[in-house]
Amino acid sequence: MSDLSVATEELPPVAPALKVSSTDVAVEMVDVNKWYGEFHVLRDINLKVMRGERIVICGPSGSGKSTLIRCINRLEEHQKGKIVVDGKELTNDLRKIDEVRREVGMVFQHFNLFPHLTILENCTLAPINVRKMPKREAEDIAMHYLNRVKIPEQANKYPGQLSGGQQQRVAIARSLCMNPRVMLFDEPTSALDPEMIKEVLDVMVGLALEGMTMICVTHEMGFARQVANRVIFMDGGQIIEQNDPVSFFTNPQHERTKLFLSQILH
Amino acid sequence: MNAPSQTFVSDVIIPAQAPPRNSVGINGWMRKNLFSTPLNSIMTVILVVFIVWAVTPFIRFTLIDATWSGADRQVCLQSSGACWAYVKAYLPQFIYGRYPIGERWRVDLVFWILVIGMVPMLIPRAPFKRLNAIFLLGIFPVAAFILLTGGHYQFAGRLIPNSIMPPSPLRFAIEFGIVSAVILFFVGLFAWLSGRPIAGSGNVVGTILAGIAAVLALCSIDFGLVPVETANWGGLLVTLVVAITGMIASLPLGILLALGRRSEMPVVRLASTIFIEVWRGVPLITVLFMASVMLPLFLPDGVTFDKLLRALIGVALFNAAYMAETIRGGLQAIPRGQYEGAKALGLGYWQMMRMIILPQSLRIVIPGIVGSFISLFKDTTLVIIIGLYDFLGQIQASANDAKWASPVTGLTGYIFAAMVFWAFCFSMSRYAAFTERRLDRGRR
Repeated sequence: MSDLSVATEELPPVAPALKVSSTDVAVEMVDVNKWYGEFHVLRDINLKVMRGERIVICGPSGSGKSTLIRCINRLEEHQKGKIVVDGKELTNDLRKIDEVRREVGMVFQHFNLFPHLTILENCTLAPINVRKMPKREAEDIAMHYLNRVKIPEQANKYPGQLSGGQQQRVAIARSLCMNPRVMLFDEPTSALDPEMIKEVLDVMVGLALEGMTMICVTHEMGFARQVANRVIFMDGGQIIEQNDPVSFFTNPQHERTKLFLSQILH
Repeated sequence: MNAPSQTFVSDVIIPAQAPPRNSVGINGWMRKNLFSTPLNSIMTVILVVFIVWAVTPFIRFTLIDATWSGADRQVCLQSSGACWAYVKAYLPQFIYGRYPIGERWRVDLVFWILVIGMVPMLIPRAPFKRLNAIFLLGIFPVAAFILLTGGHYQFAGRLIPNSIMPPSPLRFAIEFGIVSAVILFFVGLFAWLSGRPIAGSGNVVGTILAGIAAVLALCSIDFGLVPVETANWGGLLVTLVVAITGMIASLPLGILLALGRRSEMPVVRLASTIFIEVWRGVPLITVLFMASVMLPLFLPDGVTFDKLLRALIGVALFNAAYMAETIRGGLQAIPRGQYEGAKALGLGYWQMMRMIILPQSLRIVIPGIVGSFISLFKDTTLVIIIGLYDFLGQIQASANDAKWASPVTGLTGYIFAAMVFWAFCFSMSRYAAFTERRLDRGRR
């Protein structure tokens, strides 16, 4: 783990761009509770993410951090409490859920690209069919974002022909094509070989610099230090501690946080 | 370092030599595959003897001793070989049944339209696949129906029986409008109750209803074709009509049932499960019997239902249940990440299924689907028990004809039937194998 985070620590500091100017709320969770059967995975989660904020969520495995961000676009259903995304409350109303998903991009640990479609088709599918964009325009936008993640030359290949890092960059481009207002990252680098992690993190840092609202579940502490406004530590389905990255890493308050940090930062 | 190892270094370049005689060519192949061990050699000899023993009489019967031409049973009475003259004489009947001779061009036309539609569909490199599919699945069935039956159907009074208005296209339009409005109302109600977009569901159902209306309108037009009742259909025509209708209908139905069985809505899931398990738990013969004997008892007086149509519905629903389980296997093979990736992009349920899940899962279950198609093709012979004369039934019936009755007539007929069925099924199987190899190459 330590040698992985070294890669990002070498990146230049980007502090000036990280000030959150906006005061409107992108995501708000109030007393959110969730159970898997009898198992209480999320306990009284209260979280407010402002537009333009970059949140990193970390914690040991099984702490509920993935479940938390999957609740934000309702890949998981919460049983108690209130989740409001971009002004829309998530309930059983399928229309609201689709509206929210349109505005919230998500990047998964295992990329989840569609293997039967080319890279370009992966990127244009949702703009064409969900946003009803003309094919030409969707392709132009897709090429723009593929350029941004630095793989325009792969546009006509299939996902299976790309490396893991390339696939994850395509997945980011695919989400960006929908012009989302919030991006969720669910351990985007955990399934990658060490030398591919940097290329994905570079793209994420670039995105952060442009002011994208980001909520990232990741163990890349270098990334957290560099771009996060706030680091959240979860354990046992609860938010144990949250703080700005400097205070979080240098002066953790909770015993559990100290233990966790001592284990992942040598 | 060099001196001691010099002895092991060759000072000539060895030219390439021919491999040992008995390891290549036919000899090599036989040594490897037939006579590799003493036991294998004995097995080979025994099997060769068995094949000669079993196949020789068959060849004698079907080819050497066979009678190839003649006017009636006299030519076959003395012979101990197959009576191909009988097959030749009866071939038109085997193909068309009792379809009027003057109208048989219509059957031929349907067949050739089918061939024209199928061939480019089956060749992967042929362009315009989408148009081709629309032609094959949308236009062809309607054209075939009108050509084979003669069209000019009177639908008025079928949906809402009453005697206020005389039967006319206008009356049917009104009836259809009322029924459509009722269906759309319930669809809208259901969408509203379950919080789905009403316009979306309404559009889908509305399009389907409009399509049905267009098809019915076409079928009611008088094209000047002589009506041919299905009771007069027979032979290969019936076999192919039952088989192809069964295939075309059971695939989409099976997809819907498979999706239904995996639905998150308990009512839909339960209904699909019950449907599938009931139809899978009943033999096809029972289904056909029910359709032909029991169903008329439940229908009100005066309502008749074409016998062939009943068999078609029975066969289609029966096979849809099997198809559903095959396709469900494919759906289960798709990783959950694919569903999540599609949902996270904002795709709705049907978009996700149509564009992401089904294309991948149908590809996986091609062998299963073709297996179902082959057994469906062979099961069509069961329609004989409800009095429909399919290809096999027609052959069976003709074997007792006094003009051709001889000790070898029946046997010849059955051999012919077996050969034709085998040719159809084997080509389906080979095509499926070809498709699998092709798609495998595309996957990495």
